[in-house]
Amino acid sequence: MIPLQHELLLSGVLFSISVAGIFLNRKNVILLLMCIELLLLAVNFNFIAFSHQLGDLHGQVFVFFILTVAAAESAIGLAILVVLFRQRKSINVETLDTMKG
Amino acid sequence: MTFTEILFYVFSAILVISSIGVITARNPVHSALFLVFAFFNSAVLWLLMDAEFLAIVLVLVYVGAVMVLFLFVVMMLDINVAQMRAGFTKFAPLGIVVALIVIAEIGSVVWLKSSAIDAAALGASSGVAAPAAAEGYSNTQALGELLYTQYLYPLELASVLLLVAIVAAISLTMHKRTGQKVQDINAQVAVNAKDRIRIVKMVTEKE
Amino acid sequence: MQNTLLTIVLAPLFGALIAGLLGRKIGRVMSHTVTILGVAIACGLSIHVLQQLISGEAQNFYGNVYTWLVSDGVQMNVGFMVDRLTALMMVVVTFVSLCVHVYTIGYMHDDPGYQRFFAYISLFTFSMLMLVMSNNFMQLFFGWEAVGVVSYLLIGFWYTRPTAIFANLKAFLVNRVGDFGFVLGIAAVLYYTGSLDYRTVFDHAHQAFAGKTMEIIPGVQWMAITVTCICLFVGAMGKSAQMPLHVWLPDSMEGPTPISALIHAATMVTAGIFMVARMSPLFEMSEAALNTILIIGASTAFFMGLLGMVNNDIKRVVAYSTLSQLGYMTVALGVSAYSGAIFHLMTHAFFKALLFLAAGSVIIGMHHEQDMRKMGGLKKYMPITYWTSLIGSLALIGFPGTSGFFSKDALIEAVGQSHLPAATYAYWCVFIGVFVTAFYSFRLVFMTFHGPERFAIHHEADPAEATTIPDATKTHASKVHDSHATHVDDDHAHSDHHGGPPHESPWVVTVPLILLAIPSLLIGWLTIQPILFGDYFGAAIHVEEAHNVLGELAREFHGSGEFVIDGLKHAPVWMALFGVFVAWWLYIKKPELPARIATTFAPLYKLFVNKFYFDEIYFAVFAKGSRNLGTALWTVGDAGLIDGVIVNGSARSIGWFASIVRGIQTGRLYGYAFAMIIGLAAMLGWFVVWPLFK
Repeated sequence: MIPLQHELLLSGVLFSISVAGIFLNRKNVILLLMCIELLLLAVNFNFIAFSHQLGDLHGQVFVFFILTVAAAESAIGLAILVVLFRQRKSINVETLDTMKG
Repeated sequence: MTFTEILFYVFSAILVISSIGVITARNPVHSALFLVFAFFNSAVLWLLMDAEFLAIVLVLVYVGAVMVLFLFVVMMLDINVAQMRAGFTKFAPLGIVVALIVIAEIGSVVWLKSSAIDAAALGASSGVAAPAAAEGYSNTQALGELLYTQYLYPLELASVLLLVAIVAAISLTMHKRTGQKVQDINAQVAVNAKDRIRIVKMVTEKE
Repeated sequence: MQNTLLTIVLAPLFGALIAGLLGRKIGRVMSHTVTILGVAIACGLSIHVLQQLISGEAQNFYGNVYTWLVSDGVQMNVGFMVDRLTALMMVVVTFVSLCVHVYTIGYMHDDPGYQRFFAYISLFTFSMLMLVMSNNFMQLFFGWEAVGVVSYLLIGFWYTRPTAIFANLKAFLVNRVGDFGFVLGIAAVLYYTGSLDYRTVFDHAHQAFAGKTMEIIPGVQWMAITVTCICLFVGAMGKSAQMPLHVWLPDSMEGPTPISALIHAATMVTAGIFMVARMSPLFEMSEAALNTILIIGASTAFFMGLLGMVNNDIKRVVAYSTLSQLGYMTVALGVSAYSGAIFHLMTHAFFKALLFLAAGSVIIGMHHEQDMRKMGGLKKYMPITYWTSLIGSLALIGFPGTSGFFSKDALIEAVGQSHLPAATYAYWCVFIGVFVTAFYSFRLVFMTFHGPERFAIHHEADPAEATTIPDATKTHASKVHDSHATHVDDDHAHSDHHGGPPHESPWVVTVPLILLAIPSLLIGWLTIQPILFGDYFGAAIHVEEAHNVLGELAREFHGSGEFVIDGLKHAPVWMALFGVFVAWWLYIKKPELPARIATTFAPLYKLFVNKFYFDEIYFAVFAKGSRNLGTALWTVGDAGLIDGVIVNGSARSIGWFASIVRGIQTGRLYGYAFAMIIGLAAMLGWFVVWPLFK
């Protein structure tokens, strides 16, 4: 039996890596989206670890829904990205500052 | 150390490495491929944690659909990689510091609360159900029973959400091109004979 | 009884509404018919009520008609309290009002605001009746303010004249001062007795006020009843034009003459006198208040009479005489001779209305000329006006046998009998005042009706009199008075027979004069016994035994005839005759003397002509002071604090804050993402990790 602490730590490491990824790839929207997928994966790890340790299936149900939402999110995110690229010929986040106060 | 544990640590290491690959790769295509690799590793780890159905779903849906979509978009769009990489390291120290802080925080919670976690795990193992032990147990069936009974309404909501996402994605990306020749079915059906045919009376010519 | 009273009140209101709202539709004749009818009904019924009360067929009426609102146990009702005092006032008000209504047909004949005028005076009659018939302080205050509003409207009746607008604003503002005191007085009554009903208040006044003191200036205790009574009397000072709140009454002569007669001589200005008489149970409890009243009344009686001696505007002379006579009434109130005050109020209402209407008749005859220096010798042109105004003047000076003699002589005797500390001062004021009254009254008669005819040359200024015109541009006040004569003709369409010789007025003008002349002559003879010395008022007026000066006089009273003969032995009558003689000497015998006297006593004369500089002082202190205060409040409070700090300041500080915060809002996506993540890490540390180490 793998200790719960190790599983949780793996999830935390994964989470931190994707946070760092958001800082590193701050200009590239596609990579930002990928980092978000990674973040969600880390969260899913937590759910599955607890589900496994507690023998409770409800955690897996939540993972199922998170996967659904994440799929929808990335589909729409990519669609927006495509529209954005069509408009600007670029997906550089730095140029997206029309909301500037 | 059992075989399962060895597998866990090995795949965990690969997962972490490939994740780092995702965020540091120079080429977005490589990033996406690293991510695919990370997902495969995750699926293996989930199998180790007795979440067989979700492991398969992760491979099928994520790798098979979402990541393909990612790759498709990355390749379709003409992205100036050099420009994207400019100033790559500018915020790297900040990012690393934040990441380390988050790790420290999570780690401290995990270690400081380990007694509570152990108790929880102990309670579970001694208690209700050790699902894997049961004969003829199927993770997929159990999850299905839960989803289609207790979580029926959320499931329906999730399916509607997916539908909305499909419609939204299509309506966002579809754009009309001008100057195309297409059929107008409506106009074709609604047409009258006299709009099309003109009967002209002529004097018969005689030879 | 209740229906009769309601009819008395509502008939004039009905007339006013018809004439006021539908005046244009129903035309002039219909308008004056309906209003006169309303007032005639009120007058007839009032006489009926009075008759019934005197004969004992009906009891005093006290009842509520309608409850307007109840607040914290205090009822505010519309109700009537009709006893003999009220009935007498009702008859006086409606009778004079009726005469004025009829007279107005002639006086306002060519005025474009004919219907409006009738609506106003009928409305005034309604308000005045509400005031006198009220059985509670709330309705009294309603009537009080309503007559004030109508007075305001009527002074400014010719609203295109700047002087009229100035005068009505002045009347309104000065009355506000008085009303403020009045409201405070009513509030004090409510505070101490817990009720607004007359009956409750009067019955419980002794317990409610006994020994109570209030502290207005810290450390100084005042008797509650004295403060209350003086507050109420301040209201009376405003309405009845007592010094120093008298300044509005002379200016109110800007209004048409009929209303000067009705409102500013006979009825409204006597509301204060009536009110004090009505409140006699309260005033009797405070000797300090009575002394105050006495001093103010005596000063008004004497000093305002002096001003009448030098004025040249016929209406203003009568106006100053009104002020002076109101002072007499106030003096009577001060010595607790309430019935004397009401008696003088009644006789004064008749003869002063008569004098005003006669003055109006002269003004019509002279084609709206009001300057007495441009009259003279009118006796042969206007015989009826002459004889009626002679009767009015004789009554005013207290010629033996006329109504004014009875009321005034009794009043002066009453002052002589009083033991109040201020009574000596008051006695000398009213005593010399008799001479002054006689002098200015007959100065008016002689200048107007006797002597050479000066109207033919009326645009060449008499060099001897030219000095009497004050510097026209010095102040607003003097401007108002001097421009008066020139403005009169502007709005008044008498041009068709302008410039002709003076003529007697039409019958609608002379009939009211004759109607008023009769009571001016006779009413004193007939009513002195019951009103002054009999038990006419019964419980309506309450006098403490120690103050009962009229009771002492009553012991020496043996019928009207004896009273006249007795009066001849007293000094006041001879003072009056002496005043007439001096007037005759100065204005008929030696007409060049007045100018010489004026130059000899130039400082005194200037003081009189400028009305003791009351207007100038008020302008400098109150008008300018409040303007400066307003400017200061505006610049500092409004523009500086509210606009600068609160309104613009809040906008500016938000703008300043936004200009800083705007820097954070870069519009860059990753900026927001970073903020979210760092925030997440911080919150995780604060809420989850930090408690673990604690």
